[in-house]
Amino acid sequence: MTVFLTIVIIALFGITLWQMSKILKLSQLKNADDSQVANDKDNNMHGKLMLGFVIFIYLLTIYCFVQYRSFFLPESASEHGVDYDLLMFISMVLIMFVQIITQGLLHYFAYKYRGKKENKALFFADNDKLEFIWTIIPVIVLAGLIIYGLFTWTDIMNIDEEEGDPLIVELYAYQFDWRARYSGEDNVLGKANVRFIEGINTLGIDASDNYGKDDKVTNELHLPVNRKVIFKMRSQDVLHSAYMPFFRAQMNVVPGMITEFSYTPTKTTEEMRNSEFMVEKVATINKIRREKSKKLVAAGDEALETYEFDYYLLCNKICGASHYNMQMKIVVESEEDYQEWLKTQQTFGEQLSAQASN
Amino acid sequence: MSAIAHADDHAHDDHGHHHKETFITKYIFSQDHKMISKQYLITGLIMGIIGIAMSLLFRMQLAWPDHKFTIYEIFLGKFGTDGVMDPSIYLALVTIHGTIMVFFVLTAGLSGTFSNLLIPLQIGARDMASGFLNMISYWLFFISSVIMVLSLFAEAGPASAGWTIYPPLSALPQAIGGSGMGMTLWLVSMAIFIASSLLGSLNYVVTVINLRTKGMSMTRMPLTIWAFFVTAIIGIVSFPVLLSAALLLIMDRSFGTSFYLSDIYIQGEVLHNQGGSPVLFEHLFWFLGHPEVYIVLLPALGITSEIIATNARKPIFGYRAMVASILAIAFLSTIVWGHHMFISGMNPFLGSVFTFTTLLIAIPSAVKAFNYITTLWKGNLQLNPAMLFSIGLVSTFITGGLTGIILGDSTLDINVHDTYFVVAHFHLVMGISALYGLFAGVYHWFPKMFGKMMNKNLGYVHFWVTAIGAYGVFFPMHFIGMVGLPRRYYTNSAFPYFDDLSDTNVLITVFALITAAAQLVFLYNFIVSMFYGKKAVQNPWKSNTLEWTTPVEHIHGNWPGAIPHVYRWPYDYSKTKENGEYVIEGQDFVSQITPLQEGEEELHH
Repeated sequence: MTVFLTIVIIALFGITLWQMSKILKLSQLKNADDSQVANDKDNNMHGKLMLGFVIFIYLLTIYCFVQYRSFFLPESASEHGVDYDLLMFISMVLIMFVQIITQGLLHYFAYKYRGKKENKALFFADNDKLEFIWTIIPVIVLAGLIIYGLFTWTDIMNIDEEEGDPLIVELYAYQFDWRARYSGEDNVLGKANVRFIEGINTLGIDASDNYGKDDKVTNELHLPVNRKVIFKMRSQDVLHSAYMPFFRAQMNVVPGMITEFSYTPTKTTEEMRNSEFMVEKVATINKIRREKSKKLVAAGDEALETYEFDYYLLCNKICGASHYNMQMKIVVESEEDYQEWLKTQQTFGEQLSAQASN
Repeated sequence: MSAIAHADDHAHDDHGHHHKETFITKYIFSQDHKMISKQYLITGLIMGIIGIAMSLLFRMQLAWPDHKFTIYEIFLGKFGTDGVMDPSIYLALVTIHGTIMVFFVLTAGLSGTFSNLLIPLQIGARDMASGFLNMISYWLFFISSVIMVLSLFAEAGPASAGWTIYPPLSALPQAIGGSGMGMTLWLVSMAIFIASSLLGSLNYVVTVINLRTKGMSMTRMPLTIWAFFVTAIIGIVSFPVLLSAALLLIMDRSFGTSFYLSDIYIQGEVLHNQGGSPVLFEHLFWFLGHPEVYIVLLPALGITSEIIATNARKPIFGYRAMVASILAIAFLSTIVWGHHMFISGMNPFLGSVFTFTTLLIAIPSAVKAFNYITTLWKGNLQLNPAMLFSIGLVSTFITGGLTGIILGDSTLDINVHDTYFVVAHFHLVMGISALYGLFAGVYHWFPKMFGKMMNKNLGYVHFWVTAIGAYGVFFPMHFIGMVGLPRRYYTNSAFPYFDDLSDTNVLITVFALITAAAQLVFLYNFIVSMFYGKKAVQNPWKSNTLEWTTPVEHIHGNWPGAIPHVYRWPYDYSKTKENGEYVIEGQDFVSQITPLQEGEEELHH
């Protein structure tokens, strides 16, 4: 149906244009001016349309900001994310301010100075003062932004394993899934290389390295709230990118090297689910899903599951055919819940001996 | 032929008599820059049709992921069986769309067309420094286009690793089907393309430096020529790096080297490669890739400068500042490539450096935008279609450029990197802006290229639908990027969190379909005007530059008699004498070939 409608719309649109061009041609026969150079009538009309166009841009902007306000991510669930959000807010305000002024001027001038036969343009080729002003203003504003941005950047990227008691977790990517490896009691990850991959040792952990014996490989990422976590990232095959939008965190995962990112989660999954923003958002999504389900059921398919919010990690670097569905669930919970969950996971050593006894 | 073309001016009276042109030498293996420019334009437009059609296919997939479209089966064959698009062909479509639009349409189609057409005509030369190399350059471009189109028919699919072809995905056929024969053809096509681009660029640079007519000092060159000249230099500096990157990738793929590959386990097998790094490829790629943005954009800005000044009947404001910004942008463009790689795993300290250089480049860009706006101020604007597209370009350049401040900031890049926010940003700032430049150029110089006028009313329809459509497509796209929606996802339905974006995706696709339909108006106008258009007069836009002093009918060598001398800069529009009268009575423009009039002062710009 949609295809049909789309084709009809395109066809109608084509016919409209065809008819318009015919009308235009007919009207031109009477009009002596067929030079195809804009005359005063054209200037008048398109000058006014330019004014209309800037109003369109303003309305589109307002529409998007109002209609799509639920698209902005909720308050950051990580410590550094608060600074990130502030910097983003400042930059947004700034660019929207410049956008509104410059688009306004550009289109208003196009309207105001639309050509007329009797008008004379002003020969105005240079003005050092003006140019100096609009060079120096961006210099100052951008310098401010750069300095602010760089301080935040250094804070985020300065990963110090000695400071505090960070949790060390490996994120392991392959086509098309993620694994997490917890460093165990010793908080040190065992050595690993793809050359050790064999059987159940899917992450290539070096069995001869004692640090690796207590490592735990999981397919969910659980994090204790308010404890700094340092991710060491490894890829088995191609480039991937570990993107955790709710934590304002992203780092590429590169085969042949270990990349790092670190943050402190500050909101548990539970807290995020119960936040005003998320309750509303999930309600909207479930409404959409219920409507879709109706259609699906009518067509004899299964209904969609009701959605419940969970943090997720997704792949954000093109990595192959199933790139679009390479995700891992993230659970942020209290220290106790985290420890409890961790206990239920087998260590690498246990896995090896279980296999040997089989 | 070229020897004749550059013979002494005075020996030129009998020019054109002693060689007969056959169909082949005139239309196919032509060494005449005007014909070559038309060849570039038409090849570019055909590639553009392919590129845009691809974008419609994948936009439909994004808007209606659960829907079956027979059209997929028609165009994609086995990859669209039963009207369901295959996920890997989706990636192939975005890859080839990107490649074609960036390289084949906006580099060759835009810069190739207008550099060839305008450099000799606007500096007062009979032809390019080497007509033969120029011909070779076009034909290499043609061959590379043919190979790129052929690659679409590769058995396992065309290249599908994204237009940035990051290894290992692009190096390993095991990782994705398109990295087999499809990628080989892609690399061969690009290698030939780079050779073509280098030959072209060297020719442009030599021509601008050596063949300017008497009086055409560097500071009297139109801004178009400055833009083409500097673009050619950036191309010469950066394209060879891409060639090296591609060659090393070919070696990794076919000869077992390990420049980019290390520690890879794929399909149950450990590869022998050890010690390479994909990050190296990213550096090499973006060393071209970023200047490439300006290779695409600067010619568009040059064209716009010329068209805005002509149609505003005013000199371009701040000529020196405009030249300085072009130079500054060109210089800075070669040291900002790292802003594509903030989170690639390179040293974070480098990220700081690249943030600094990146935000610096905003300054000359801002100066250019302000200068355009000031040029409109108190003008007498002749709103021809070319002028509308030029104003449209300034508008999208500002909108797209501003979001660059967010992406260029390493901190803010973390969360919007590779999301639709980026897609929206670069489409507005380089895609749409450069396309507007291309359209503006075609409408403005169509009379020079084909001796006919394009229909202005169809031009107006084309502009307004495109202008609204372009904003309709890319403005909402920023917002779906802010959600954290990654680009290059075959469907967004795998994450329920993105379910509420589907309406917006439909909206974007509908705008895209309408905008693409408007391009048919342009094509119709282009083809029909070429044959049935109104015959052009010599100087339809009342412009100052030299190309409008040549006869409407093309002749080999451009000017029938001696090459005219130049006595002034190209922007003496509405210049008045002390008594308030125009310099030439009753005429608001003074051609560059007009000597200084009595009582007139030459201003030093």
